[in-house]
Amino acid sequence: MAEARDVEFKDPAARVADAERASASLAPGQEPGELEGEKMVLNVGPSHPATHGVLRIVLELDGEIIIGARPEVGYLHRGDEKIAENFTYTQFIPYTDRLDYLAPLANNVAYALAVEKLLGIDRQLPPRCQYIRVICCELARISSHLLGVGCYAMDCGAMTVFLHTFTEREKIHNLCESLTGARFTTAYTRIGGLSRDMPPGWAEQCRKFLNEVVVNIDETETFLTRNRIFVDRTQGVGIIPRDVAIDYGLSGPNLRGSGIEHDLRKAHPYLVYDQLKFAVPVGTTGDCYDRYLVRMEEMRQSVRIVHQCLDQLPDGPINVPDGKIVLPPKDRVLTRMEELIHHFINVTQGVNAPPGEIYFGHENPKGELGFYINSKGGGTPHRLKIRSPSFVNLSILSWLLPRHMLSDVVAILGSFDFVMGECDR
Amino acid sequence: MTALELAQQLKAKFGGLISDPVEFRGEVTLKVSDAERMPEICAIAKQDLGFDYLVDITSVDNYGDDPRFAVVYHLYGFGHLCALRLKTDVSEEKSEAPTVTGVWRTADWHEREIYDMMGIRFRGHPDLRRILMWEGYPHFPLRKDFPLAGKPTDVPEVAFTETAPLAGGPFVTIAGGKDTIAREPRVRVPNTNALETNARLEQLQDIKEAHGHSHGPGPTEPKH
Repeated sequence: MAEARDVEFKDPAARVADAERASASLAPGQEPGELEGEKMVLNVGPSHPATHGVLRIVLELDGEIIIGARPEVGYLHRGDEKIAENFTYTQFIPYTDRLDYLAPLANNVAYALAVEKLLGIDRQLPPRCQYIRVICCELARISSHLLGVGCYAMDCGAMTVFLHTFTEREKIHNLCESLTGARFTTAYTRIGGLSRDMPPGWAEQCRKFLNEVVVNIDETETFLTRNRIFVDRTQGVGIIPRDVAIDYGLSGPNLRGSGIEHDLRKAHPYLVYDQLKFAVPVGTTGDCYDRYLVRMEEMRQSVRIVHQCLDQLPDGPINVPDGKIVLPPKDRVLTRMEELIHHFINVTQGVNAPPGEIYFGHENPKGELGFYINSKGGGTPHRLKIRSPSFVNLSILSWLLPRHMLSDVVAILGSFDFVMGECDR
Repeated sequence: MTALELAQQLKAKFGGLISDPVEFRGEVTLKVSDAERMPEICAIAKQDLGFDYLVDITSVDNYGDDPRFAVVYHLYGFGHLCALRLKTDVSEEKSEAPTVTGVWRTADWHEREIYDMMGIRFRGHPDLRRILMWEGYPHFPLRKDFPLAGKPTDVPEVAFTETAPLAGGPFVTIAGGKDTIAREPRVRVPNTNALETNARLEQLQDIKEAHGHSHGPGPTEPKH
């Protein structure tokens, strides 16, 4: 007869404490005792489902406890900054789609606003353009967070959530398609405006989607927020204190998860964000669970913003009325001399930017996407630097991962919601 | 407190070391004449003036000018919500600046990236390795004298190519065949008569011999 025995599970925190005690009692140079195992180096990625792309982390393990972590990035480096130096400002817009490819619309808007700041026209954009751009940014935020939360849940073992959020995300892509002509590679903005206006009936489709997505967000919360397994895997894991978050330059939901109420839409309102009502959710402890909660609430706030924009959406032009910046309408190009010249100069030489340097930070779904443009005049930047939130956010891993269990790596990576296309540029 | 006032306070502490603030599009830039003093200036900016957040560090190659490189620091403070840009020049002969990782830990990866892309070394950096390009890559791609099309490199050991495990096997396309039937063994040969099938088998055999029996096509030469 087999004897039934109770298996004793130790709390992870207690195991970490035990490991610390064990390593502390060991004098330097002393051989590890019988109970202490060999150190093991484990490669996570670059092709691993939890690394969401091509991140590689070299982990040093003592049993199941991480004692060292070295993130390696660059597997998706395409030299975007070098390419930008050889292109006109307008030509670079499609490349911004490929930065954070889960929120291309937000990248388009960020880049266009940066170039417009350099040109000094960022406050002269027509109101309709500004409202449509805000709608784009917030739809991109909802889309990115839906994917981020869905994948995060799947990393933690809940498959249903992923399918559930992807259904909603699909609707955003349909909206993108009818608005911009493309589902992912939108390239929707132009310097000084947009590539096209909203199609008729789009606002109603968008409202219908918003009413559906709030239901979906609530349902997703019932899957996760009080799910015992999910809470166990995320609460108290990957805690980032306030000062460390600032020190490592975190931004976006990862910064706000640590309790810092900083949102560029509030701190330095661009477009029409100062006329819209929304709240900035913040976490309390800075653990993975808080970062998840912040994202869930941000989606609700985004829905609120898009509703307000659709209510207030003014009529009027979508481009600045300056042929030196925006391409003139085609019928006039073909019939009038001045427009023809503008068109020719605009296409061959690009917009004539003044010499100078600007930095524009945009509140992207993943954090602060910044463009630093150094111009020597003319149609191409002398230097364009992309400050990508994922790159900066990932740099904290070598500090954050040690002392956690190996299985926590998946939970922590998922809670960061990074994109390697943006990190590696 | 505006960014301009903060910039003037910082200038007052260091005097001639820092230029007068330049304002463009509402952003304030200070030029530091000696790159060696950057960590000290940054530490003061962080402790006394509340610039607790380092947004970004980047570099500019002013090819043809002397000094050639500029390192650009973007500072920000959560207390006063003001941004400040610090710039300093680094000459090509020196190509070195002191690290500010002691002031903000986020500087770590930014400085690695500048080293990787522009070739400016940061003295005192805890782990100055390439970050986006691979270890052993010989060039600095963001320099202006590096062509957009790239430069040939000897592919180092980390980026080796080996024969694929199934190469030469029955389900792997054979490179170099003159038509799809020769390249792709799975393609159905119309079985018209035995003579044609034999000719086809001989043809396959020839290709196999040309590439070696079991190993398939060998590692390809790196293209220059």
